[in-house]
Amino acid sequence: ASPEETRELESDGTGVGTGTGTVSGSGAALGPSAAPLPPAPAWQPILTAGTVLPAFFIIGLIFIPIGIGIFVTSNNIREYEIDYTGTEPSSPCNKCLNVSWDSTPPCTCTINFTLEHSFESNVFMYYGLSNFYQNHRRYVKSRDDSQLNGDNSSLLNPSKECEPYRTNEDKPIAPCGAIANSMFNDTLELYRIDNDTRTPITLIKKGIAWWTDKNVKFRNPTGDGNNLTALFQGTTKPVNWPKPVYMLDSEPDNNGFINEDFIVWMRTAALPTFRKLYRLIERKDNLQPTLQAGKYSLDIAYNYPVHSFDGRKRMILSTISWMGGKNPFLGIAYITVGSICFFLGVVLLIIHHKYGNRNTSADIPN
Amino acid sequence: HREPPPGTEAYIPQRFPDNRIVSSKYTFWNFVPKNLFEQFRRIANFYFLIIFLVQLIIDTPTSPVTSGLPLLFVITVTAIKQGYEDWLRHKADNAMNQCPVHFIQHGKLVRKQSRKLRVGDIVMVKEDETFPCDLIFLSSSRGDGTCFVTTASLDGESSHKTYYAVQDTKAFHNEQEIDALHATIECEQPQPDLYKFVGRINVYHDRNEPTARPLGSENLLLRGATLKNTEKIFGVAIYTGMETKMALNYQAKSQKRSAVEKSMNVFLIVYLCILISKALINTVLKYVWQSEPFRDEPWYNQKTEPERKRNLFLRAFTDFLAFMVLFNYIIPVSMYVTVEMQKFLGSYFLTWDEEMFDEDTGEGPLVNTSDLNEELGQIEYVFTDKTGTLTENNMEFVECCIEGHVYVPHVICNGQYIFKEELFFRALCLCHTVQVKDDDSVDGLKKNQLSRRSCIYISSSPDEVALVEGIQRYVLGYTYLRLKDNFMEILNRENNLEKFELLEVLSFDSVRRRMSVIVKSSTGDIFLFCKGADSSIFPRVKEGKIDQIRSRVERNAVEGLRTLCVAYKKLTAEEYSNAQKLLQNAKLALQDREKKLAEVYEKIERDFILLGATAVEDRLQEKAADTIEALQKAGIKVWVLTGDKMETAAATCYACKLFRRNTQILELTTKKIEEQSLHDVLFDLSKTVLRHNGSLTRDTFSGLSTDMQDYGLIIDGAALSLIMKPRQDGSSANYRELFLEICRNCSAVLCCRMAPLQKAQIVKLIKLSKEHPITLAIGDGANDVSMILEAHVGIIGKEGRQAARNSDYAIPKFKHLKKMLLVHGHFYYVRISELVQYFFYKNVCFIFPQFLYQFFCGFSQQTLYDTAYLTLYNISFTSLPILLYGLMEQHVSADTLKREPSLYRDVAKNALLRWRAFIYWTFLGVFDAVVFFFGAYFLFDNTVVTSNGQMFGNWTFGTLVFTVLVFTVTLKLALDTHYWTWINHFMIWGSLVFYIIFSLLWGGIIWPFLNYQRMYYVFMQMLSSGPAWLGIILLITVSLLPDVLKKVLCRQVFRGTARTPELKSLSFIPSHFTA
Repeated sequence: ASPEETRELESDGTGVGTGTGTVSGSGAALGPSAAPLPPAPAWQPILTAGTVLPAFFIIGLIFIPIGIGIFVTSNNIREYEIDYTGTEPSSPCNKCLNVSWDSTPPCTCTINFTLEHSFESNVFMYYGLSNFYQNHRRYVKSRDDSQLNGDNSSLLNPSKECEPYRTNEDKPIAPCGAIANSMFNDTLELYRIDNDTRTPITLIKKGIAWWTDKNVKFRNPTGDGNNLTALFQGTTKPVNWPKPVYMLDSEPDNNGFINEDFIVWMRTAALPTFRKLYRLIERKDNLQPTLQAGKYSLDIAYNYPVHSFDGRKRMILSTISWMGGKNPFLGIAYITVGSICFFLGVVLLIIHHKYGNRNTSADIPN
Repeated sequence: HREPPPGTEAYIPQRFPDNRIVSSKYTFWNFVPKNLFEQFRRIANFYFLIIFLVQLIIDTPTSPVTSGLPLLFVITVTAIKQGYEDWLRHKADNAMNQCPVHFIQHGKLVRKQSRKLRVGDIVMVKEDETFPCDLIFLSSSRGDGTCFVTTASLDGESSHKTYYAVQDTKAFHNEQEIDALHATIECEQPQPDLYKFVGRINVYHDRNEPTARPLGSENLLLRGATLKNTEKIFGVAIYTGMETKMALNYQAKSQKRSAVEKSMNVFLIVYLCILISKALINTVLKYVWQSEPFRDEPWYNQKTEPERKRNLFLRAFTDFLAFMVLFNYIIPVSMYVTVEMQKFLGSYFLTWDEEMFDEDTGEGPLVNTSDLNEELGQIEYVFTDKTGTLTENNMEFVECCIEGHVYVPHVICNGQYIFKEELFFRALCLCHTVQVKDDDSVDGLKKNQLSRRSCIYISSSPDEVALVEGIQRYVLGYTYLRLKDNFMEILNRENNLEKFELLEVLSFDSVRRRMSVIVKSSTGDIFLFCKGADSSIFPRVKEGKIDQIRSRVERNAVEGLRTLCVAYKKLTAEEYSNAQKLLQNAKLALQDREKKLAEVYEKIERDFILLGATAVEDRLQEKAADTIEALQKAGIKVWVLTGDKMETAAATCYACKLFRRNTQILELTTKKIEEQSLHDVLFDLSKTVLRHNGSLTRDTFSGLSTDMQDYGLIIDGAALSLIMKPRQDGSSANYRELFLEICRNCSAVLCCRMAPLQKAQIVKLIKLSKEHPITLAIGDGANDVSMILEAHVGIIGKEGRQAARNSDYAIPKFKHLKKMLLVHGHFYYVRISELVQYFFYKNVCFIFPQFLYQFFCGFSQQTLYDTAYLTLYNISFTSLPILLYGLMEQHVSADTLKREPSLYRDVAKNALLRWRAFIYWTFLGVFDAVVFFFGAYFLFDNTVVTSNGQMFGNWTFGTLVFTVLVFTVTLKLALDTHYWTWINHFMIWGSLVFYIIFSLLWGGIIWPFLNYQRMYYVFMQMLSSGPAWLGIILLITVSLLPDVLKKVLCRQVFRGTARTPELKSLSFIPSHFTA
């Protein structure tokens, strides 16, 4: 046997041994004295049959009632929707279908409808657009938030993002961008028809935009005085608008950039089919519903062309509950998920009893 | 002394570098460009750079910040780390380059900075100084022209080595004398091998013919080594600066890549394909969808003039790039940083492990590379050295057998010795390379003489020490005192000093497996003593009681003792002078010196007279058997590779339970091959093994392999080289395959009689076999270095000073291997694989909704999430919990893993990163993404979700999806976490809280320097809406449900036969511990 195997590599020289010691040298070692100990285990939220089974039942027991609650609430919400695009020849608005932006006087049409049920609480009036890509990237970014926030330099020199709606005839557009340019400009008026008399229904146009938008995010340019016409001097109106921004409304606190219709429009919708809050109808007294069942007519100043891109326009009347408008999805989803959890809980319980008898727990011995 | 005198061979002036050591990579000026270049050479970084550039150049949906910022972060962190490391190197370099050096100019001693040293300068080095460059040792203050050197900083060996001055110059003792020296030195080009040097010095005496002297590594003082026990030496610089052997050894080892990293790269490619196909699908769909002009450019959304004019293909290409940018987050920048941090920080858990700290040596485990941590959990083959690794390497002299008579310590001392016995003990005292440690003073020597037991012997071979000590302690007759002026002094049993002139040493090498000395006794007789392995001695013996000794040797070997045979021959003066001439010629040779020396040795070492044999015991390391048993239970195949003889090695293998009593031993040895042809032996063996193959594999998986028939293979070096030898007819590949097939079916393999290079060959053979198993080599000596370098993971045990640098991990004792593999390796693997899978999962969850959104925004590359969310998702919202998981997770307790080695099989063969697991995670990600997106879609679809009737826009939609995403992804990790500490709680819940706080802040202010305010109050508005809350809770529940269900079902139903190994391990334990 070869005892010298441990030095095979080094003793190849001549001469007496280039011996290396069996005396051990001290290598660099990290002593344990400096060793921080790993932290001790704490509360352990770990999946085991013992925790998962009750969790399934609890989820089931919580979700199903919530789902039922939401479902009932959703069903109690009154909602009425009219499509007034006028694509069908029979529709009163058919004549306006190919309207263009600058048609004066505006094409008007009236649609009569009947509410089967009365709308008890406050009613919210929406307009809805379909096939309108407010979420198109080119569209979404085509705005200048500093301009809308009242920044004077941006007012006269809008962001490049606004192209091709940035300047018109060498004047900066206020508000610039595609979003502002394409602002919805149909006018909707609602009448109640009671024995052939048309009673206009008061539509409130304030409170439709987010409070923070109206008071913080959107601001008119500042300067001497409050005369908006002067403040917007040097700018021009968006190409498609009939009137400049400072003539959107007669009331000064709803005019210019802080016009609520404008603010609502500027919040770009997430999906190509969307609705936007148009007006509020407040319940006047506690004895009468806001909108009684009966006949109504909707007067439309049809300015907004959607036919060219296959779009649809709707008017929606809806009441609102604590969980928003009519939305059966959430309730059904809750009930479904709750039931599934409950069902799974039962199945697992059976499995646990069937297979788990051999070992009472699946816990990890930690 | 620099230029040769005229008349010698043509002298071509050579440019030598100065003595500056440059280990730093960068200078102050080139740091930024060079470091950036280095960093962007990494594929991933380059990819992110490209994405960033694309974002800068073309109009893309996300701002360049979203990818620029994370990239900048990653690059900066890496640059700072590398810069700091380089700064440290600079500091070290400067300290080294500026340290003062004494050297001789015109006969005077001058002090200069080390970096000004040039080749040919004569340097003076004092005691305890390190050599400033590679020097040829000219003379020393010690009269005999030797000096002692420790090379601890070079190879880690702290013992003192003796170096020898050139014979002709060792008389020069002061500056003036040395300056008068006129000589030329020829030497080989700089080579990194620390132990090889061949050169020649021509010393000119006046006008005479120069005397030529050979120079070997014993004359070469290496830079970095330290002078010890010697007042001062003179040397001439021959290799300086970057040409020194130390500098040449700086070159980095080849990078070992872990299996996880490979899987990760494969997954990256898959994701890159997914990314590209996503972008392609969207681009194509976009143009299909846009083919109607009212969709491409409705009146409300006109293009700018330049956009309209752009070439269609250019436009399509830009769109493709824009989609790529939009979806690029699917390959996360942060993954690389996290993986690197996880590995780096994770390696500290190994070094901190107190259980792996060895009290005796005061050393803990060392981690030299953290890149391979997870490989420790994937080991399939362990190659271990025997001596010093499995055994203590703490030799004890057990017996000797002289002329067939056995002598045991304590018994030998009485009685008269006959001539042969005297000679035997003298041989043992003389034939070795042991040094006597001589502690500073000359008194030490005296002390030795007075009290024989106080001296300390040092040798590279523990056997020699054991023998010399054993002779001294037990025989009470012969004590080796020292080597002085080429005279070996020994005390004989009458306490008389005997002096032998040491004429030649035919030093040990692993091929010859023997060493010899030629000595001249005081009576003038010249003896050659030889000591070596029985196989190398017996064939050279012409007389002696061969048979008796052989049988004794074999008996001892079976008992696991290490045996050595001793032989001698008497040389006549003529024979000696012949031999000397031959040796001198061979030593002088500049080329093939080793080969020539070997030939000469072969000629000299023959016709021996056999004296006897010795036996030395090497005890097993503590818990070696327990460790091997655990490794085998863990499904790891343990191979013992040793240079020892078969019987000894086999005995050790039985002792450490590598072979059990019921193990059927298959032999593939030279002896057997002599009887049959290699071909037949191989086929026989494979037939035996394969017959039981079917049952074997089935049993292996049951985890209860103790009572099945298992095979152990013994192969020796000669048989192996036959198998490995390439044949002309190409049948060697066949043998190799057959051999591998046999090995695969053996639970244990013992390879004996292995040369170091053969060890590496075996490792390579297994590593490159068709399953590409992951191998680990563990060894403690220089002869294991090659195999350690070859294996995927190298570990050096106790005595691994020399090659500790070459190993990836170093542990103090063999028994620590068990915890390192079964516990730490397992943990590392589970952690990193979950980390990798989770990273891909969370980014699928992140990006897939983005992809779905394109179908609803006219394929316009509109982003779903805000820029801040895109940027911070991977950097801050979801980064820390997974990093912490990667560091702390213990899916099963460490004790359980240690107790149940079979759990190691659960993660074998990269089980958690197989395609199945990868696809599961990806589909889970896609499912979750679909839930997020369509959940939000149905929630928002043409309805009102606030209680005040106001409407939400696209940013609220995105924020809702994002909130669900962050919560789901974090909670998913919480569900996967089994080991909870307060830090886990803090990180997981802290991340969620941070997300909420950030969102509140981000939406809470009109940010002055941003040109958009789209997130203003979006998050608050969303939280003020009841349905949004309900929706978020619902969607989180739904997304987590399938994973929870899968976990519970697997645990309940597939108990024991679980498909997913991770879960199997979870379910596997109770059956053992509730019983």
